[in-house]
Amino acid sequence: MKKHIITSLLYTAITAVLLGVVYPLVVTGIAHLAFADKASGQLIHNANGEVVGSKLIGQAFTGANYFHSRPSAAGTGYDAGASSGSNLGPTSKALGDRVTASIATETNGTPVPVDLVTASASGLDPDVSPAAAFYQVARVAKERRLSEDAVRQLVADNITPRQFGILGEPRVNVLNLNMKLDLMAPAK
Amino acid sequence: MTTNGWLQIALYFLVLLALTKPMGSYLTLVFDRRRTWLDPVLNPIERVVYRLTGIDADEEMRWTQYLAAMLIFSAATLLLTYIVERAQAVLPFNPQHLPGVEPWLAWNTAVSFTTNTNWQAYTPETTMSYFTQMFGLATHNFWSAAVGLALAVAFIRGISRREMKTLGSFWVDMTRGILWVLAPISIVFALALVSQGVVQNLRSYDTAKVVEAQKSTTTGADGKSSTTIISTQTIAQGPVASQEAIKMLGTNGGGFFNANSAHPFENPTPFSNFLQMLSIFLIPAGLTVMLGQMTSSPKHGWAVFAAMAILWFGGVAACYWAESHATPVLAATSSQVSPLQSGGNMEGKETRFGIANSTLFATITTDASCGAVNAMHDSFTPLGGMIPMVNILLGEIVFGGVGAGMYGMLIFVIVAVFIAGLMVGRTPEYLGKKIEAYDIQMAMLYLLIFPLIIKGFTAIAVLAPTFGLSSLTNHGPHGLSEILYAYTSATGNNGSAFAGLNANTHWYNASLGVAMFAGRFLMLIPMLAIAGNLAAKKSVPATAGTFPVTTPLFTTLLTGVILIVGALTFFPVLSLGPVLEHLLMRAGQSF
Repeated sequence: MKKHIITSLLYTAITAVLLGVVYPLVVTGIAHLAFADKASGQLIHNANGEVVGSKLIGQAFTGANYFHSRPSAAGTGYDAGASSGSNLGPTSKALGDRVTASIATETNGTPVPVDLVTASASGLDPDVSPAAAFYQVARVAKERRLSEDAVRQLVADNITPRQFGILGEPRVNVLNLNMKLDLMAPAK
Repeated sequence: MTTNGWLQIALYFLVLLALTKPMGSYLTLVFDRRRTWLDPVLNPIERVVYRLTGIDADEEMRWTQYLAAMLIFSAATLLLTYIVERAQAVLPFNPQHLPGVEPWLAWNTAVSFTTNTNWQAYTPETTMSYFTQMFGLATHNFWSAAVGLALAVAFIRGISRREMKTLGSFWVDMTRGILWVLAPISIVFALALVSQGVVQNLRSYDTAKVVEAQKSTTTGADGKSSTTIISTQTIAQGPVASQEAIKMLGTNGGGFFNANSAHPFENPTPFSNFLQMLSIFLIPAGLTVMLGQMTSSPKHGWAVFAAMAILWFGGVAACYWAESHATPVLAATSSQVSPLQSGGNMEGKETRFGIANSTLFATITTDASCGAVNAMHDSFTPLGGMIPMVNILLGEIVFGGVGAGMYGMLIFVIVAVFIAGLMVGRTPEYLGKKIEAYDIQMAMLYLLIFPLIIKGFTAIAVLAPTFGLSSLTNHGPHGLSEILYAYTSATGNNGSAFAGLNANTHWYNASLGVAMFAGRFLMLIPMLAIAGNLAAKKSVPATAGTFPVTTPLFTTLLTGVILIVGALTFFPVLSLGPVLEHLLMRAGQSF
């Protein structure tokens, strides 16, 4: 028994250093040599060098002149320091009320694509479906005084297809789309 | 449901199938201590570890010694994590200056990671420092997986050995599992994840100046609403990829971030998602081949694999079907699948994964004792959310957790062989071993401890408005599902959640901690007792009356036994939770 205890303590200490310090630091080192940008979160900088976001992390957009992102349950919305889903169940009244309110905001007269009024799992979903992006074209074009065709083309050009042609779902990165939109016709 | 969705599910299975035999053969070499191509690098490290810790590499342990070593080692690692959590404020790699973790939560988390559960009653990015995550938690992802692997190897030795009293050395099995299997695959896998965008750094959280500032209106306690302008976004960082790799490979499942594998920094692309799902089943599937090879009955290994694959596919198909349909609250939206959207019940799911990958992940993570999530199970449809719950309730034997799935499945194999024996009226045999009263008593003990803990604690919690029901987010039958899922996940050492339940309370931290502890360690005792008992038995030659364990008939019987035992045990409580909720939802009720 005593031998087991001594062995356990020594074994814990040695493997903790190997697996809890050496392993992550080795991976960090190699990651920064091979994929420096990706290992640091693919941050986007503006002309002044300030960080304006990450390519992977969604941001809230609610103004009529931007493409809207999905509802978010992360903090006050898209708080990437507090990721979370809504965790509201299928028979939740609160979910029903929230969806109804979102539909009222988003509607253009036809039924709203489902992802645009449902909260994502992380609360940080960077994407909406192509259906949800195309759905907003008329509103955004009107607000930006652009032709609908030009805005529709912008969306079409920014669809990320399935990876390797098969994996995942086609999608549109909302932050990227809105930054391109700002370049095309600056927000007032 | 789409053709592409089914293609992705089929592709997943084909890749898994292709990797099963190479993985299994490699595992056999590692645990039989035969030559592998990694020996030149790893043999010296192995020798140093043994020398520094005083381990005798040729020691053989009886089942009781094996159990004692495992329990004492687990206690030591649990203690380490508890201390690291409590003291993180004064330890390095804490750029956010997070304070020490409070005692109840620290206990719950230490138990959770020691037992391979990775239940998380906390929000990691605001609670755990980088050091705690690396040194206190990710280490457990290796240890608890290696412990599971060692126990499965010991059990299989119990079946294959003849008239021996010992099952091998716990320390040697642990060390070889870590050095030859978990660590090398994790390094490669972690870098593959970084290549997809999983972050790996030690920097403090970034602050981004957002493109469109948002107004946030909150209503205070005095009823007055106040408006704040939010113009920045905090972006949590960390050494994520190194932890993510072993989190999946070791079927641990504890997320670096609160949103787990739904968080874009943990699981950024469909390919990272594919790799994560593959790594959950990689070792458990390989173990079926190792079972066949070590018992000199390769076909038996594949017969067990087939039973697992059938149960896996049934779960995926049902969950995919259920989630492809929007719930009544989404009736006013456009939820039909089209080339432009995956449609269906998108609440709690990520756009890049859609319905197919969310349901495939949910099924896999609960078939195994992983518990990572890329979609929020709490927001699944009643029947879609029942599938993950049922997978855990069946005992996580559908490929299952690393090692734990294999020995859990072998308990069912013994029961199935016993039932076959009863049907023809002769003493059952399993791979040349007579299965006798003691073995069946222990197997039944294993199978009974599990529902006793789950239903016992659930019953207490639902009867207690003050400490049990007060944690619920959802009401009506879904509330019962939240509580039932919590104890199911804890006892099954899964770690996924119907996360609407606020589990960071004294009652839930304490009781779920006990459930995790019992679900791991209490169940191990009868399991190892069977292994020790089997190892000591003589081998009897197979006769015309021996029930073959290599045929489709055996696979069918095994699948049937698993489903019947599960259904008899849990149907009543499931009918009050998800089934009732489904019927009320169809009738237009909400809560």
